[in-house]
Amino acid sequence: MTKDRPWVMRTYSGHSTAQASNELYRLNLSKGQTGLSVAFDLPTQTGYDSDHALARGEVGKVGVPICHVADMDTLFADIPLDQMNTSMTINGPAAWLLALYIAAAERQGVGPEALQGTTQNDIVKEYLSRGTYIFPPEPSLRLISDVITYTVKNVPKWNPVNVCSYHLQEAGATPVQEVAYALCTAIAILDTVRDSGRLEAAEFTAAVGRMSFFVNSGVRFIEEICKLRAFGQLWDNVTRERYGVENPKFRRFRYGVQVNSLGLTEAQPENNIPRIVLEALGVTLSKDARCRAMQLPAWNEALGLPRPWDQQWSLRIQQILAFETDVLEYGDIFEGSKVVEGKTNDIRQAGWAEVERVTEMGGVISALGYVKEQLVASHTARVRNINAGDHVVVGVNKFTETAESPLYTGNSSAILKVDEEAERDQVARLEAFRTERTQADVEAALLSLRDAVKNAENIMPASIQCAHAGVTTGEWTQTLRDIFGEFRAPTGIAGAAAVPNVSGKVGDELEALRMRVRKTADILGRPLKVLIGKPGLDGHSNGAEQIAVWCRDAGMEVVYEGIRLSPEQIVTSARDEGVHLVGLSILSGSHLRLVPEILTGLRQEGLDNVPVVVGGIIPEDDAENLRQAGVARVYTPKDFKMLRILSDMVDIAEEAA
Amino acid sequence: MKEKALQIDVSALVNFNRQAIALALNLLEDRRPRLQAQALTLLDELSTLPAPAHVVGITGPPGVGKSSLIARLIARQAQISRRVAVVAVDPSSKVSGGALLGDRGRMQISLQAEVYARSFAARDRLGGLSREAFSAVFLLRHCCDVVLVETVGVGQSETDIASLADTTVLVVQPFSGDVLQFLKAGVMEIPDILAVNKADDQALAQQAVSDVQTALALERGSFDQGSLEGSWQNPVLAVSAATNLNIDTLDDAMTAHYQHLQSTHKLENKRADQAMAWAVGEILHEVGQRGLAILGGVEGVRSLWGEQTQQWSAIRKLATLLDRVRYRA
Repeated sequence: MTKDRPWVMRTYSGHSTAQASNELYRLNLSKGQTGLSVAFDLPTQTGYDSDHALARGEVGKVGVPICHVADMDTLFADIPLDQMNTSMTINGPAAWLLALYIAAAERQGVGPEALQGTTQNDIVKEYLSRGTYIFPPEPSLRLISDVITYTVKNVPKWNPVNVCSYHLQEAGATPVQEVAYALCTAIAILDTVRDSGRLEAAEFTAAVGRMSFFVNSGVRFIEEICKLRAFGQLWDNVTRERYGVENPKFRRFRYGVQVNSLGLTEAQPENNIPRIVLEALGVTLSKDARCRAMQLPAWNEALGLPRPWDQQWSLRIQQILAFETDVLEYGDIFEGSKVVEGKTNDIRQAGWAEVERVTEMGGVISALGYVKEQLVASHTARVRNINAGDHVVVGVNKFTETAESPLYTGNSSAILKVDEEAERDQVARLEAFRTERTQADVEAALLSLRDAVKNAENIMPASIQCAHAGVTTGEWTQTLRDIFGEFRAPTGIAGAAAVPNVSGKVGDELEALRMRVRKTADILGRPLKVLIGKPGLDGHSNGAEQIAVWCRDAGMEVVYEGIRLSPEQIVTSARDEGVHLVGLSILSGSHLRLVPEILTGLRQEGLDNVPVVVGGIIPEDDAENLRQAGVARVYTPKDFKMLRILSDMVDIAEEAA
Repeated sequence: MKEKALQIDVSALVNFNRQAIALALNLLEDRRPRLQAQALTLLDELSTLPAPAHVVGITGPPGVGKSSLIARLIARQAQISRRVAVVAVDPSSKVSGGALLGDRGRMQISLQAEVYARSFAARDRLGGLSREAFSAVFLLRHCCDVVLVETVGVGQSETDIASLADTTVLVVQPFSGDVLQFLKAGVMEIPDILAVNKADDQALAQQAVSDVQTALALERGSFDQGSLEGSWQNPVLAVSAATNLNIDTLDDAMTAHYQHLQSTHKLENKRADQAMAWAVGEILHEVGQRGLAILGGVEGVRSLWGEQTQQWSAIRKLATLLDRVRYRA
């Protein structure tokens, strides 16, 4: 048996500026990383330039800002793009970032046919979980289809779409739901491509063969192995039955993986290392269901941004697994295992039944509200089980005693701080770039972009022209926004069933809390009404949705408006709705900018007596800062006890009354 | 609430000062006796002032796109410089008593527009309008140009909204057979305007509209709606919130109905009748048939209602009648 080739090893990274990220990439490559995984900042992901009002405080925070082709040049300076395998986590404006990548390569003297890599380009999971969508479903699917038809003909080694089950698991999906809804997304995309009539039969088969997946792997790694085997079998079926692909090569289930972040803990964060190792086993042990590419999170992700050393530790895990262990030396070690086969069959059958249910509803786009409600319900159940202790998380709800950790002492020294100067730098560079470009070229390029959109032509050639002409990310996206309009995805919380039969201690505590909430109405004069707000561009809404559902279940009246609200919108809602308390959820690291703006706004509206609580990934010294500014409480991932948070909220509202 | 919240400036209120409106609505919801007394005084004061706003009830089954339609209507009002208040009602959980109020997000309210929006939980009214929501609309009639009231569901909420709105708009989807059955069977009152939303496809929309018209014609045949409503011909409109199709037509129809009520001098009577009908409903809800009987039934309420001080608001009149039952005065 010949040894299997190791997977592509990457680390999801990027921050501050293109230059700082380029230095990080070259450092990572020098340590033996074999591919790149670009994290873009939220303004780039949602199609805004770094100097847009909505970008304030978000530039360079969760990734690198890319406004134009010169930023892209800098990002890949001294990295020959014909030899690199680059994965880009980009969705709403995926066509644009790919156009910039192609243009940057051409400026390096590399033609598109030599490029290898992946654009994530999966809009459905953005609606369901990740939140960086821009346009409504129909035009979004058209853009995805344009990227596929363009790359199949012109960038043949590119993976135009990475259908993501990853973010579904982060949003609470069970293995069955993860498999089912990702397949539904792949079907929606391939149906669009097929019906576009842009591809010959052979080209369409090639397009099916270029579909890849981006999956999640949790700590229950045996179930994960079975999930991936089931996933592969179902994909083989779909490609053969639905799309008539005969050649098994084009039916192969190709996937990359980032292992689970949802299960990483802030308490005793060193325990995350064994979790990450076990999760990596789930996607490597079974040769028939082994990943093509892997990126591992850092042990301290729940605390803040990882430092280069933290990322190195994660890369070393991959290298030890591939080069020290014998995992690559055998055929599939689960072949013939009745246990694995049985579990695989269960997931496959249940998964397919769910695919059929969604298909009956008219496909995943029509069923978006239903699917979102299913995910919120699953996540609610998960949180409930952790709260009840039925779902053990070591160091969090069991075995919580700990000696002091030499790695992390509870201050924020164990994380990376983004240089606050980076935003000013980036904006200055953007302004200089705008003055240096030839305005006539920009206008001509934008005109052909508009024509391509309106005449239903493929958007890629005009986008590449825009990239070369010096069009910015904000300009490209605004052109499409003007034609396509924008979209607000369903929040899924209304359909999350109330907790009817919470048993045991948590059930009793919830009942007691309901009584308290009812009594609080006497003190306040009316039922306790709270606003749960998600300010800024951060789309990770799980936390806010859970808090909203739990508040409802505790008897509160809850105003929840979904993601991406400006501080002004939140203040207006708090005023109009007459709420007793405002809860904010921010995971993008922009809390120091957004929260004080909201506090000031509330004061200006005469709402000084409305207390504010904040939850998110907030390092302790930032939390102290926020409390100084007037925030009543700050919650971080270690505060997993929902009822504790809720009962705090009742106390705080009563005190303020 | 601190004392500060109790200072409500009526002139700010009727000039659409949204801070003042919010405080006044907080007060109307407040159950503490001292504040309830203050709320009644405020409402009495308002009831001596003009109530110029056109109250439009927007109702229909879940999922027909009422919130998106309201979003479009809000944008249209802003365009023609009208001040809008929106009252959205969501159901309360029977298990916990809590509620998720999510309509606001779907309405995409621009910060530039002169809009005030407030969400209400139905509380014990199963999707219908709570007393708080009714008082809120009563107050908002004095503060702006248009009040849009959104309720979910078919059944209780229509009856409620008909006792509150000057104009009722029923929103349905193409070929929503169940709603048409309700109309045909007379379970549901015929709305002043019927909007068939999601009419993105022209041919389909036309078919859907004639489908509804047929149902209405059948209903009219058995019950001469025309003679009751004067010359108002309940229009059936194909609209699309998604593509902004015929939103101005819908808005024009709403305005036309309001003008119709005014020019035929029906508005004042309609509002007075509504207040009475609402009071009877509230009495039944609060003290049941026996309570109503104490007041001499519907007829008794009608005559007691007329005997009360003219300067009183409907809410105080109701409160007084309920006191009579409770204390057998």
